[in-house]
Amino acid sequence: MISIFDVIGPVMIGPSSSHTAGAARLGKMARAIFGEPITKAVMTLYGSFAKTYKGHGTDKALVGGLLGFDADDARLKDSFAEANKKKMDIFFLESSEDMGHPNVVKFDLYNGDDSHKTIVGRSLGGGLIMITEIDGFPVEVTGEDYAIMSLHNDQPGVVAGVSGLLGEENINISSMRVFRKRRHSDAVMMVSTDGPIDQATLQKIEAVPGVKRVMYFEPV
Amino acid sequence: MDYSYETIEDILRLCQEEKLTFDQVVLRNEMNQFERTEEDVLAEIDRRLDVFEESVKEGLAIDSHTPSGMSGKQAKQLEAHVPLLLGKLAYKAMTYSIAVNEANAKMSRIVACPTAGSCGILPGTLLALAEERELSRDALRKAFLIAAGIGAVVTERACVAGAVGGCQAEVGTAAAMTAGAVVGLLGGNERQIAQAVALCFKNLLGLVCDPVAGLVEVPCVKRNGFYSVHAITAAEMALAGIKSQIPADEVIEAMNRIGRSLPAALRETSDGGLATTVTGKAIAEHVRNL
Ligand code: SF4
Repeated sequence: MISIFDVIGPVMIGPSSSHTAGAARLGKMARAIFGEPITKAVMTLYGSFAKTYKGHGTDKALVGGLLGFDADDARLKDSFAEANKKKMDIFFLESSEDMGHPNVVKFDLYNGDDSHKTIVGRSLGGGLIMITEIDGFPVEVTGEDYAIMSLHNDQPGVVAGVSGLLGEENINISSMRVFRKRRHSDAVMMVSTDGPIDQATLQKIEAVPGVKRVMYFEPV
Repeated sequence: MDYSYETIEDILRLCQEEKLTFDQVVLRNEMNQFERTEEDVLAEIDRRLDVFEESVKEGLAIDSHTPSGMSGKQAKQLEAHVPLLLGKLAYKAMTYSIAVNEANAKMSRIVACPTAGSCGILPGTLLALAEERELSRDALRKAFLIAAGIGAVVTERACVAGAVGGCQAEVGTAAAMTAGAVVGLLGGNERQIAQAVALCFKNLLGLVCDPVAGLVEVPCVKRNGFYSVHAITAAEMALAGIKSQIPADEVIEAMNRIGRSLPAALRETSDGGLATTVTGKAIAEHVRNL
């Protein structure tokens, strides 16, 4: 049954749970995924985001999220000035390309000339979000719980290896999904867990035969 | 003891069987379901009531327009005007509800109740009533619980999103939650609370969602003011003993059916209604070129 605090809640910065609160969470998630200081952020907006972002403050909320502000942080309103202080250059582009969803944003985040990441996400409504792509790689990260995503060779034993490791660490798996682009191509595994996963465990997972890369996400 | 409920009728039954009030049933269920203490739940309610109060204040203080130019300063304007027609309570409830929704449009902190577009009705009406009748914090906590119980039933049995059921689901639910809470605040019993919900919902069925330029401003901001008065009207009738021929749960079910049969153009897509009027389209164009 739904909690009364989901009925009268959440506490959020207006005006829109999808275009403002969701945007702030997308920004915060992108910041966490980038994991480095952001010196420049280019945000491309699609669909309804592109058409209404100035009226909804979507731009301010995205930047607020990139600065680490939560969806109920009153500073979202003034995020541009904060970004300026932090020497983060921000740019917005509008695109009419059809991304298959009405509220999509693509972040290109830079740390000087050294590193760059492209992160694509969508706002699903009611403040719910999903990161769908990291550097061209399809993902499904909602920021609702702790999650790891691994890229591995499509070979037997990988899934069991990873879930076994989590079991040994007493970390409960709340959901798990494995998918791949083609048979025997690289496979992607999404595992959500009830609690955080520490660095040592992540390293062990990375060492499971067949696993090529592991990404870890905490809730935002 | 299991206090879980799915319908308004369930809550009424629990009130009778356990000799509890409406708000007590909702409180006990919340404690049971989420393994929280009474203290903990009430403290969380207090935090939200604090945001209610801040958002009314912030809304009344707004002295500039939103980027679209469609709202801002209207609560202030209403506060400066001496009501010629409405009574003091209804006028204040209307003003405060608009204040909260303007605060929302200006990127202030609000509590979605049940959504951001309808966030003004419950806080605006409750706080106006609390001021006019000098009600305590504790009374407001009870009102919060009653409203939340009603909203939980609508969320579970029907829908509360404009994109799913039109504005009747969003502002309609907010008004029904408020009507029930007001009845409870003024000492009505649980049956009268249920009547207020039925009366309130019945008289806004079919209300569509057609926001201009896709923004939560027109018709939303003023609509919060209108439906706070609608909620008070429903509460007044229920307190007078007026009964709805159709019980609350059936009205909620009708609302859900109507909502899902509304054309997509009238469910938050801004492809119809006010959004596609000549002026609505011109405003949308202006917002795109900001
Ligand atoms: S018109 Fe639509 S967006 Fe505005 S309050 Fe109603 S449901 Fe919400």
